[in-house]
Amino acid sequence: MWTSIKRVIKAGLVNFYRDGFVSLASILIMTVTLFVIGSVVFLSVTLQASLEDLKSKVDVNVYFISVAREADILTLAGSLRTLPEVKEVEYISRAQALENFKKRHERDELTLQALSELPDNPLGAVLNIRASEPSQYEGIANFLKNDTALSSGTKPIIDSINYYDNKTAIDKLSGIIRATERMGVGLALLLVIVSIIIAFNTIRLAIYTSREEIGVMRLVGASNRYIRGPFVISGILYGVASSLLTLALFYPLTYYVGDSTEAFFSGLNLFRYYLAHFGEFFLFIAGSGIVLGAISSFLAVRRYLNV
Amino acid sequence: MISFQNVSKHYDDMAALEGVSLTIELREFVSIVGHSGAGKTTLLKLILAEERPTSGTVFFESVDIHKLKRSRLHQYRRKIGAIFQDFRLLPHKTAFENIAFAMEMAGRTDEEISTDVPYVLEMVDLGNKMWNFPHELSGGEKQRVAIARAIVNQPDLIIADEPTGNLDPVNTFDIIQILKKIHDLGTTVILTTHNKGVIDSLKKRVVTMEKGRIIRDDPTGKYVL
Repeated sequence: MWTSIKRVIKAGLVNFYRDGFVSLASILIMTVTLFVIGSVVFLSVTLQASLEDLKSKVDVNVYFISVAREADILTLAGSLRTLPEVKEVEYISRAQALENFKKRHERDELTLQALSELPDNPLGAVLNIRASEPSQYEGIANFLKNDTALSSGTKPIIDSINYYDNKTAIDKLSGIIRATERMGVGLALLLVIVSIIIAFNTIRLAIYTSREEIGVMRLVGASNRYIRGPFVISGILYGVASSLLTLALFYPLTYYVGDSTEAFFSGLNLFRYYLAHFGEFFLFIAGSGIVLGAISSFLAVRRYLNV
Repeated sequence: MISFQNVSKHYDDMAALEGVSLTIELREFVSIVGHSGAGKTTLLKLILAEERPTSGTVFFESVDIHKLKRSRLHQYRRKIGAIFQDFRLLPHKTAFENIAFAMEMAGRTDEEISTDVPYVLEMVDLGNKMWNFPHELSGGEKQRVAIARAIVNQPDLIIADEPTGNLDPVNTFDIIQILKKIHDLGTTVILTTHNKGVIDSLKKRVVTMEKGRIIRDDPTGKYVL
């Protein structure tokens, strides 16, 4: 048993080496496949990061009338926080709002002067609400509309909610995000499937050149296992070699695009991401390569074993 | 040892063999002669279980070889050494490795391989070409490697399908001498050939075929067609 395993592995290594050109071609094609698979991972990471970034920029602001009591506002903020759709509620007090306003108009003497003429702080408090999904803003806005009476009893304390002003923009954005996610997944799947088929076919062609040899082996009394073994070993070697090549290729490539992705996609540096997740990448790419090589060889040899 | 019982083989509607019955005894040397297309090669393919008969049965000893499972065929084939007109060596293996391959298949140990392979290569006079690949050998040398491969596991039966078809007269003579030697050592040999000189010099049993049928079976025959 051990002897035959040893012989199969040795034969696989020898075939890999002697069929140098075929091996090289298979490795290059498989490298392309693994490169596509790896790029899809990078693409989805980038897409995810930029979508997160976009989502986090969407929020709804609730402006309160200036005479609203702070306690009422905080109660409202508290009940908002209990909603599952709400991710974050930020309270900006009247004093804070005034501070922000002053800062924004630092250079605008006229406005500041006008402000100081006023007897009281004219600004109301604000709640910044952030939902976990852009599509949930509508529900939150409706909640606020129905709930205002509760918090103050007689007079509504909410001056305005800017959701209704931003509604079209928010709807459009959540539509775009959903479509992008769907299209990204579809496209990635398609690319991966096509490249797997190409790799499979290449290995099949490589084994097609050996079909007569397989027939001879059968006639000389070789068992199927013994014939197939070396091809599967060669397939695994294709996988190992091409995954190492792919991983090596990603290193300079992510380094090159790293800085520009960082600037463009708000802080996601692909190079640092690659280095930080190298272990997972290694397992994923090498695993895909080995499985692809072994299964392709296994299936391809089967066709020629029926002598 | 081998027995064909009313065997026919059709390819689509063309008959390659038609009602052939033939028995070959242990340690016989049988030549099968006939024109191209007479059914000689089909006969051998049926023995090797490379093809299945359309009707009739082929026995090897007491086994109906076409009832063997595909996954068991290789064990049966190890009892037979096969030699072909087109040599059928493994192109990516050296002469040594081609023979070692057949031994590995039979589950022989590395020690046996390292002693037996040089021995059979010496026997066919190729001791100096052990590490050459098939494309570096002449036709006669390739056929001698193929013979060495066929005999290295000491099979009960050697079948040689026009082994001299691609060879010049000198090499033909050599190959036939080797086959004779193997037969003298106690192996059953089945040979197909067109070569009148070979048949006439052998003075062994000759089976003559025509259009898929056996038309003559002489115990010490001559080539008559």
